[in-house]
Amino acid sequence: MLFLVALGTDSEAPENNFEEPNMTTSTLPSLDGLRVAITGGTSGLGLALVELLHERGAAVAFVARGEERVREVAGGLPGTHGIAGDVSAKNDIHPMALRINAALGGLDVLINNASSLGPVPLALLADTDCEDFEDALATNLVGPFRLTKALLGALASAARQERPAVVVNITSDAAVTPYPSWGAYGASKAALTHMSAIWDAELAPHGVRVLAIDPGDMDTPLHAQAVPDADPADLKQPAVSAAEIVERVAALVTERRTADATR
Amino acid sequence: MQPADTPTQRPPDARLLVITDGDLRHVSRERLAEVLAPGDLLVANDAATLPASLAGVHVETGATVEVRLAGRRSLAPVREFTAVVFGAGDHRSRTEDRPPPPILEPGDTLQLGPLTATVQQRVGHPRLVELVFAGSADEVWAGIASHGKPIQYAYMPRPLALWDVWTHLAAVPAAFEPPSAGFLLDWGMLAELAGRGVDFATLTHAAGISSTGDPELDARLPLDEPYHIPAATVDAVTAVKSRGGRVVALGTTVTRALEDAARDGRLHPGSGLATRRLGPDTPLRVVDAIVTGVHEPGDSHYELLRAFADEPVLRQMTAELEQGGYRSHEFGDSVLLERGVS
Repeated sequence: MLFLVALGTDSEAPENNFEEPNMTTSTLPSLDGLRVAITGGTSGLGLALVELLHERGAAVAFVARGEERVREVAGGLPGTHGIAGDVSAKNDIHPMALRINAALGGLDVLINNASSLGPVPLALLADTDCEDFEDALATNLVGPFRLTKALLGALASAARQERPAVVVNITSDAAVTPYPSWGAYGASKAALTHMSAIWDAELAPHGVRVLAIDPGDMDTPLHAQAVPDADPADLKQPAVSAAEIVERVAALVTERRTADATR
Repeated sequence: MQPADTPTQRPPDARLLVITDGDLRHVSRERLAEVLAPGDLLVANDAATLPASLAGVHVETGATVEVRLAGRRSLAPVREFTAVVFGAGDHRSRTEDRPPPPILEPGDTLQLGPLTATVQQRVGHPRLVELVFAGSADEVWAGIASHGKPIQYAYMPRPLALWDVWTHLAAVPAAFEPPSAGFLLDWGMLAELAGRGVDFATLTHAAGISSTGDPELDARLPLDEPYHIPAATVDAVTAVKSRGGRVVALGTTVTRALEDAARDGRLHPGSGLATRRLGPDTPLRVVDAIVTGVHEPGDSHYELLRAFADEPVLRQMTAELEQGGYRSHEFGDSVLLERGVS
């Protein structure tokens, strides 16, 4: 009885993370109850995604390196779960995955958004320190690989329960076009894009989709680091890119529900 | 039996002893899919393992303690845990060689790294307590994630990391020790099972601690364990029963959850608390066969096997395992035992 009383007084906790999905079909897909984790969630595109998904009714956990900033963002968006951690650090991945799964009671959507430019200011490959190159790979490629792997159990579990299960890897046109001085970033994003396609092929039988999405050139802190003198008027607002990404995810959610409804 | 002392979840030479009606054979464990029949259903536990060992101090006496989280009443995000408390030392010293924990009174405080826990009560044993953690559920999980270590085993030469104790299926952190029967699965094997027409489903069961080194306490294991069975898993079980296939439980925890949820003869989806011990008198209503680790007579996992087979069969099993040099414990070899073998 002790436990029931204590549970009833814990106003911060969701009622029960283990309820069956409560998703109703509608023309504009509601994201109510969709469980989403976003890395790099305290600035730029990541923050715009956190805000939009939260507004659309999704249960959101986000990860970023700065503990104080994480607390600030979570405090501003009550109900979201802020997690301090570094996707490029091997030892951070499992604690991060544990906290995501604990906070959301599982996972439907993982958005690997945290990115590193490599050398700042940008540098020609021949002038890029190996350590900066490795840092770009650790954040943009190996981190998403590790985190996807650590969360794949939860994603596949969602798929088995007829929920959508999606990984979105945020990539870039620098993955396709060889822009001089974007070598570390471009090479890591090209690898991320290709890895996404292979994951997608391998995980399709398990009901997990993996997409690589290029959000375009946005007015974000990352872009400001790369091109300090860019005119913001020439850049997309991150909220616009976030809306496009959420629509892509929502389309998969609708697809999944339609498939279930017609079975 | 020899304990397996490297934390490799799928050693290439892992073995599987298969005991079904009219058949006893030794195979490579990688061939599990071939041992199962098209139309069978394999059910696994997708619980991730908590870093359940928390070092700290008993604030009232200043004594060093190790708290091992051992149980919960619910998988909902509660801050209450049942825990076993040890005095100074670590898993390398035998429990009887470690100082006992200080006397823990209701209201006492344990400071465990960033976590603050209050003793609610002792539960019939000086080491066993109910704890409630201060802070929100998110703060408690943050503290466990940053400060906790997986429960360690004296027979392992190096400490286990969290990734060592997570199966490939690990999802919601609910288990206190790994649901280790699931170590044998990887994604390649899941594809093989699907290719053979073997269905696959999961549930989440808070696998409890396997041993404390304290005989009096060990006699009380397993503690009550909460579980959750998705509706999709119940549907899969119903389908396999109607086509005459077998429900194969991957591990004792899966068996315990399925049989608890089917106490009235019908399998129910949703959350529950497994309180019964399974043994020779337990009728199995759902599970037709179990794939489990190599257990020695006397431990609670072995006792559970009595629900599947009589003493002569289990004796023969133990003899085969010993002669075959099977490795025991979490990272060891496996057995598939079908019920009703005589």
